[in-house]
Amino acid sequence: MKSVLPLSTVLAALFVLWYGFAVWMNSPLQRDLFANAGNTAYSSSDLAVAALNMERPKLPAPHQVAGELYHLIIATAPDSKRSLVYHASITLQETLIGFFFGSLFGIGLAVAIVFVRPLERSLMPWIVASQTVPIIALAPMIVVILNQFDIGGMTPKAVIAAYLSFFPITVGMVKGLRSPDPLQLDLMRTYSATSSQMLFKLRTPSSLPFFFASMKIGAAAALVGAVIAEVTKSEDGGLGARLLAGSYYGQTVQIWAALFTAAALSGALVGAIGLVGRLTLRKMAFPT
Amino acid sequence: MNANRLADLGPPLLFGIVVLALWEAISRIAGVPAIILPAPSAIGLRIVTSVPTLAADFVQTMRGMVSGYLIGNAAGLIVAILIDRSPFLQRGLLPLGNLVSALPIIGVAPIMVMWFGFDWQSKAAVVVIMTFFPMLVNAAVGLSGAGAMERDLMKTYGASYEQTLSKLRLPAALPFVFNALKINTTLAMIGAIVAEFFGTPIVGMGFRISTEVGHLSIDMVWATIAVAAVTGSAFYALIALIERRATFWHASYRAR
Repeated sequence: MKSVLPLSTVLAALFVLWYGFAVWMNSPLQRDLFANAGNTAYSSSDLAVAALNMERPKLPAPHQVAGELYHLIIATAPDSKRSLVYHASITLQETLIGFFFGSLFGIGLAVAIVFVRPLERSLMPWIVASQTVPIIALAPMIVVILNQFDIGGMTPKAVIAAYLSFFPITVGMVKGLRSPDPLQLDLMRTYSATSSQMLFKLRTPSSLPFFFASMKIGAAAALVGAVIAEVTKSEDGGLGARLLAGSYYGQTVQIWAALFTAAALSGALVGAIGLVGRLTLRKMAFPT
Repeated sequence: MNANRLADLGPPLLFGIVVLALWEAISRIAGVPAIILPAPSAIGLRIVTSVPTLAADFVQTMRGMVSGYLIGNAAGLIVAILIDRSPFLQRGLLPLGNLVSALPIIGVAPIMVMWFGFDWQSKAAVVVIMTFFPMLVNAAVGLSGAGAMERDLMKTYGASYEQTLSKLRLPAALPFVFNALKINTTLAMIGAIVAEFFGTPIVGMGFRISTEVGHLSIDMVWATIAVAAVTGSAFYALIALIERRATFWHASYRAR
């Protein structure tokens, strides 16, 4: 709670900075607009006010973005194609489907790696290496390949979301499943526990802190994947499609509104997982 | 030691060769159309025959990526050192940094393209924004990582703030800084390539991927992806190598 004051100070400073930058970046354009309109008798405060309320500013002012958000979220019907709720729900569905399958696959892979020793030595370097590969570059490819099989709509985007989210989950879960103390593992062995008992009674519970940490990263990655996939195949809508449309038509306010919606979505997802994680870990008496 | 290192490489190398061989065999036997998934040999051939294009794309993308990577990391590190003296700023900035790290920052790409034009500068700007926050957060944690005992020792030596910073706390923060540098290699690749989806002069790896997909010359797309994959891995390996040299004293390397 003691970070409320510093945090709000920083946010307020950012707000002021944003307005300053908006005036600074938009004034040259606005000056041209005034000149074109034959308006030469304007004061610098006129210029500043006009620069903060332009139709297509270089950097929209916060109140413009807020206005656009209000307009597109609350004032527009949620099933309209212009509504951000409509596009956000598309993105959210793709993210959640992708995230679900991505985490299933990621956890499965982690369990396999922990149980089958040779798998680790042959697979793990590839998993680590593939993290350094820009998987996002594959997104347009996956969309095309799945299109050949007449798989369209949400599936390609969910596949990309799953693809991006499973890596952090695998890496985190391998670490988590390995986290029990050697002493505890030995104790289980003296009980002559089978390896599946070991998995469910010892490894799974002690992997939970890692589980929630990697779920948070995985969810954020899945959302990034969904948004990027929407950019490469924008006919079906979604926040990525709004970003692309905004950049085509120079609608900066629209880009910023889509960006803030994506950020809010990501924040809500990560926050929800974090909350469930904190409650669960507290209940299980992990130090949080 | 060297023989050991080579032996470590064996299984993953074997696995990679098996996967490539299977891929080749399946695409030949099942006759997978090249439009869906070209065989590795076809991709290899394509790489060999289009070296000039691939090289031009590589240079273009690297320009944006490397300059953005350097600026973003340097800025993150410097800001971390600057706010290190002010707990107030730290408590204000770090939660924000953590939050921003989880956001789809890649979405600023169209805005940056609008601000800085189609050339590599806009890609560098995207990379700067993407790499800044992981470095800020990691470096800030690292700077507060030096133990109380060591700090007290520095105090008894009468060391100034700058001396403590350069002799104790920066070296102690190095493992965290390198962690951020490694995370950022991936982010920088992604940022530079995806930013090219939103507009480029007609060269660059992201541009190549998005246009060749449109032309359905999938082998060229895979050739570019192969180049990107090798570049990303090499970049990561380079940072990991420097890390090993610079933080040889750290427990994770001493243990071997």
